[in-house]
Amino acid sequence: MGKPILKIKNLHAKVGDKEILRGIDLTVNAGEVHAIMGPNGSGKSTLAQVIAGRDLYTVTDGEVIYEGQDLLALAPEERAQQGIFLAFQYPVEIPGVSNLYFLKAALNAARKRRGEPELDAMEFLSLVRQTITMMEMEESLLNRAVNAGFSGGEKKRNEIFQMAVLEPRLALLDETDSGLDIDALKIVANGVNALRSPDRSTLVITHYQRLLNHIVPDYVHVLAEGRIVRSGDKSLALALEESGYVGLEELAETVQ
Amino acid sequence: MIATRTSELSEIRRRAAERFAALRFPTTRDEEWRFTNVAPIAKADFPIAAPKVSGHSLRAALELHPDLIEEHLGHYANDAANAFVALNTAHFEDGAFVHIPKNTTVDEPVWIDFTAIPERAAHPRNLIVVGAGSQVRIVERYSGAGRYFTNAVTEIVIGENAIVEHVKLEEESLDSFHVATIQVHQARDSNFKSHNISLGGLLVRNDINAVLSTGCEGTLNGLYLTKGRQHIDNHTALDHAAPHAASHELYKGILDGSSSAVFNGKILVRKDAQKTDAKQTNKNLVLSENSVINTKPELQILADDVRCTHGATIGQLDEDAMFYLRARGIGHAGARDLLIYAFARDVIDRIGIPKVREYLEKALFASLEHSRRLVEAAS
Repeated sequence: MGKPILKIKNLHAKVGDKEILRGIDLTVNAGEVHAIMGPNGSGKSTLAQVIAGRDLYTVTDGEVIYEGQDLLALAPEERAQQGIFLAFQYPVEIPGVSNLYFLKAALNAARKRRGEPELDAMEFLSLVRQTITMMEMEESLLNRAVNAGFSGGEKKRNEIFQMAVLEPRLALLDETDSGLDIDALKIVANGVNALRSPDRSTLVITHYQRLLNHIVPDYVHVLAEGRIVRSGDKSLALALEESGYVGLEELAETVQ
Repeated sequence: MIATRTSELSEIRRRAAERFAALRFPTTRDEEWRFTNVAPIAKADFPIAAPKVSGHSLRAALELHPDLIEEHLGHYANDAANAFVALNTAHFEDGAFVHIPKNTTVDEPVWIDFTAIPERAAHPRNLIVVGAGSQVRIVERYSGAGRYFTNAVTEIVIGENAIVEHVKLEEESLDSFHVATIQVHQARDSNFKSHNISLGGLLVRNDINAVLSTGCEGTLNGLYLTKGRQHIDNHTALDHAAPHAASHELYKGILDGSSSAVFNGKILVRKDAQKTDAKQTNKNLVLSENSVINTKPELQILADDVRCTHGATIGQLDEDAMFYLRARGIGHAGARDLLIYAFARDVIDRIGIPKVREYLEKALFASLEHSRRLVEAAS
């Protein structure tokens, strides 16, 4: 077992007056893949957004320790520069900013932080070429505006492409599988699996068990009403596929 | 005053002086000037000086091509309706004269540079005459330092089937007043493209008017960046005077600080101008809650078989886009700059002169950096 990368203790968060996370406890060690499953509205995406630093959510209690430091004190860009990557459930379209410029700026921000020299456009291009091939994307996509006019599948693939280039220590995949056909799903899973290593960790948030056939998790957690109500190994995901999420709300009431 | 050998020109100037005396400076009671108070210009009352123009001097051309100038100068810009045009016509000392003979393609863009003189009023008068079948790109740039008043009038006469791309770069000092009228007359099948870029000036007013004949294409693009206490007012008017003409208009503004801006886009489709295709868009990015934008389309359509569309938007920086950029490691200030830049680039990218595009990209980044430093220094 690797040393802990992420430690979440009793995390409570709300949006407006509505409490969404109601006491999350979760430890992710280096090299592990954790899957978080649960019905719509259980707080899965909120958890990912809070870890990434979205200020839409207010943390009311608890703490998040990332590599030994207080994560909640950091701005979103500092979290990203230190190796946290969120693959968005709904990637944002940014007309007027090319994918190439955007990703180069992102990579250079992280390199600068690590004290490494920044890459110019040519160096960047030669670095990403292989990754483009792996993600089965057209190179011309780099010159297009970020996600603008991309299909749903292209957007999700673009997220994983960015992840592969940025090589995060902790990747959060927020329903990256939703709406993907099986071919696109395999490409996405390949991208994620290619990054698996003893010093990297992944949090896979999904509504469906299907993705976990391709990205096999070490642990599966079930989220309901803002709490983790069950944890287990990959067999839990299969059991859920059989029984569905019915009954989890009652379970959430009994977990304190 | 400039020596005019021709009696007709002297007569035009005398009449303009009378008109200005009758019109006086407009007030905000005048519908065309509702949001732009020019009282500070009248109050400053700077003494008149000849403008400093690089090359292509109108004054010099008056000696060489008196007939050509007499044929066109003062025949397009309307001094009966616009006091500033009357003021210019009555008092201009110099300006630029560009004449492209027919069927001539000019490869290199023509640059006209005006540098203002502090504490003076200048009335640059420009005449651009492009012969039939010719093609030219022209850049008119205004800059200066300190307090002053520039009141420019440019008349552009485009021959049949000619193609003209015109860039107006307004980079006046932040203490200056700048008023400009560009009056364009397009003969049939001609193509005119205007890029009206306003970056500087304390009080700025642009009037860009084009009259389109049969089969013409007219494009009016604009970008205005206001900060501090700047006020920039863009009035455009497209006169579809004949059938089968198309016009495209895109004006974008970025407002910060306690600044304000006006966009007023007039499209007149005359009774005979069937098959007109006109599209107007005005988009504004408002960065500060203290800045104000007034935007107004003014469509007057007298023909029945036409397609005219217009739309205006006013918005803030997209929070989702900001978070997306920051979640990839791009800092708050960098993310903000990138989104502003992307918004403006839409206009800059349409300019067909690479040198101007590159220049503007740099100017835009410098301006963003500058305002960021101001914000950082204040906090």
